[in-house]
Amino acid sequence: MTSPVESYVQQDYKYGFVTDIEADTVPRGLNEDTIRLISAKKQEPAFLLEWRLAAYRRWLAMTEPHWPNVQYPPIDYQDIIYYSAPKQVKPLGSLDEVDPELLATYEKLGISLSEQKRLSGVAVDAIFDSVSVATTFREKLAESGVIFCSFSDAVKDHPELVKKYLGSVVPAGDNFFAALNAAVFTDGSFVYIPKGVTCPMELSTYFRINAADTGQFERTLIVAEAGATVSYLEGCTAPKRDTNQLHAAVVELVALEGATIKYSTVQNWYAGDSEGKGGIYNFVTKRGKCAGARSRITWTQVETGSSITWKYPSVILQGDDSIGEFYSVAVVNNRQQADTGTKMIHVGRNTKSTIISKGISAGRGQNSYRGLVKMLPKAVGARNYTQCDSMLIGNACGAHTFPYIDVQHPSASVEHEASTSKIGEDQIFYCKQRGLDTEDAISMIVNGFCKDVFQNLPMEFAVEAQKLLGISLEGSVG
Amino acid sequence: MLDIKNLTATAGGTEILRGITLTVNAGEVHAIMGPNGSGKSTLAQVLAGHPSYEVTGGSVTYKGQDLLDMEPEARAQAGVFLAFQYPVEIPGVTNAYFLRAAYNAKRTAQGLEELDPMDFLDLLEEKLKLVEWGPEIMSRAVNAGFSGGEKKRNEILQMAVLEPSLAILDETDSGLDIDALKIVANGVNALRRPDSATLLVTHYQRLLNHIVPDRVHVLAGGRIVRSGGKELALELEERGYEWLTDAAGAVA
Repeated sequence: MTSPVESYVQQDYKYGFVTDIEADTVPRGLNEDTIRLISAKKQEPAFLLEWRLAAYRRWLAMTEPHWPNVQYPPIDYQDIIYYSAPKQVKPLGSLDEVDPELLATYEKLGISLSEQKRLSGVAVDAIFDSVSVATTFREKLAESGVIFCSFSDAVKDHPELVKKYLGSVVPAGDNFFAALNAAVFTDGSFVYIPKGVTCPMELSTYFRINAADTGQFERTLIVAEAGATVSYLEGCTAPKRDTNQLHAAVVELVALEGATIKYSTVQNWYAGDSEGKGGIYNFVTKRGKCAGARSRITWTQVETGSSITWKYPSVILQGDDSIGEFYSVAVVNNRQQADTGTKMIHVGRNTKSTIISKGISAGRGQNSYRGLVKMLPKAVGARNYTQCDSMLIGNACGAHTFPYIDVQHPSASVEHEASTSKIGEDQIFYCKQRGLDTEDAISMIVNGFCKDVFQNLPMEFAVEAQKLLGISLEGSVG
Repeated sequence: MLDIKNLTATAGGTEILRGITLTVNAGEVHAIMGPNGSGKSTLAQVLAGHPSYEVTGGSVTYKGQDLLDMEPEARAQAGVFLAFQYPVEIPGVTNAYFLRAAYNAKRTAQGLEELDPMDFLDLLEEKLKLVEWGPEIMSRAVNAGFSGGEKKRNEILQMAVLEPSLAILDETDSGLDIDALKIVANGVNALRRPDSATLLVTHYQRLLNHIVPDRVHVLAGGRIVRSGGKELALELEERGYEWLTDAAGAVA
């Protein structure tokens, strides 16, 4: 007998289509020539090629980390295509020149690249496989001095800013996947908010993997000068394929004195089928540096996709009185695995961090929270509050918690709360007895569980996230 | 209103209800009493459609419909309400949101328009008076962190909002102090209508001092072994259940 919860969780991934478009693709495999080829295609300055090659040499000496609580067959790094871009004859002068097939793809994903439609006042950078295909509202943002463009354009137009901040938070040799990214990254988004400016609209990047057997290695860099404020969102989807694809991104945030960066992610990469075939390996390094006093960095993530997620959006609290926050909802269903959490590194005085993590496990999914709270010797009066809750749906899933706490100053205070609950037939029956159907009941219970995180998302994305959560869990209760 | 005929049910393969026959008419209050393990709560759960119990025989007709053929939510929408012995907590979902969702699910099933949050608040204000609660309770999460007594009061509040035709109260009195018991009883009495009926499942007679039943039934070993008027409850209070369960054992 199929329980109501089981039948609820099986729903189709609606972003699983493939766009038929001619692509410029480099041969499979990775060596120094691949890197030179990517760098040449992007007409990069010499310093960047050197930086890539140095990262590649570091990477060769590194080994893939196997400490995360996830399992997957070995990755053949020579069997990946490191660059694939839709062919276009000449550089784009305006959005009107974007291939209609690409525009149609983004329309289908619910992302309008037409500025006339002004999607809730959100500016979008659209990344398709290895390149940015369009960035909206660039001119309008430039009026207030905000730079929002693809990473490639930033390298061309603002090399001094790129040179100054690239690798300043996540060094090229930081870890295995970050080093790989530094060697082969192809595009990404670049944001620069000048001193004292509050960015007039939400900025967002939409990542789409389309081509088969390619890896997506993008790099995002956001710099907020003193007193600047910005809210940035990213979304991601990929076609349904029965092979795994690697997505190894790096995101660096720099907040100077009194600056605020709010970075929100709604991650919906293809998660593989119900038996775990296919799906994206999402191995990502995200880190922010509160470089100036009273600066603030907030990570909010809703992770519903990917067959494997490995990411720890972190904050280095260097400036005195700076604030780091991490709000996370991670959902695993079927055979999905997630090992995610954060690192809060308290360096400065009176620094404060908050971690709220909500893990939901369904089907045969395995969900791990891994977090580090570190108070260095000079972090006088530093404070952390961590709340880590897990919800289990059904009997075949797992939830794991790995909190690490390292306090080196006696005046620091660290609080950790954790809970595990099971969404049971009783909870669902209670709702049904009050007239709600199973779908509404599960959606209500799960959304209630995630409330503390959702309220940190910008309004329209919170609604999106709630819907997404319902879809990811469809068919999961067993 | 409710016509139960020779109802049998099992849980995990064990037979718990062994042939219950019971008729409840509109306007009546029936008390179901009996020792622990006699099947009282099972009867309540089976009527509400809990998936842990399997009905193996008999029939239940509610307002002319085959109740056993209906999904639990359809039963609720048709006016069957179960006040749970152990109300469930739903963290992060406010009482106001939950109640409105339940209320609107019933309205939608009846082909009525949903009530918007403002109109619903007006309705709530009236209902809160019944259980002597202020509006602050509405922004708390459903039963989360509630005391045992508060949970039971919350069940009565939900019942007041949903105005059921058939209210089944499963040991709503257990664990209540005398003040809370009075509030609960007053709530139930205020909701008695000529066109609705109440089934009170209770272990003790004391609730029946506050809610006077029309009929009292004693359940033992999954069967009704004795039925009578309200005076039967007093007799049970005095003599306990043993004389009846022994008699039932002799019959079996």
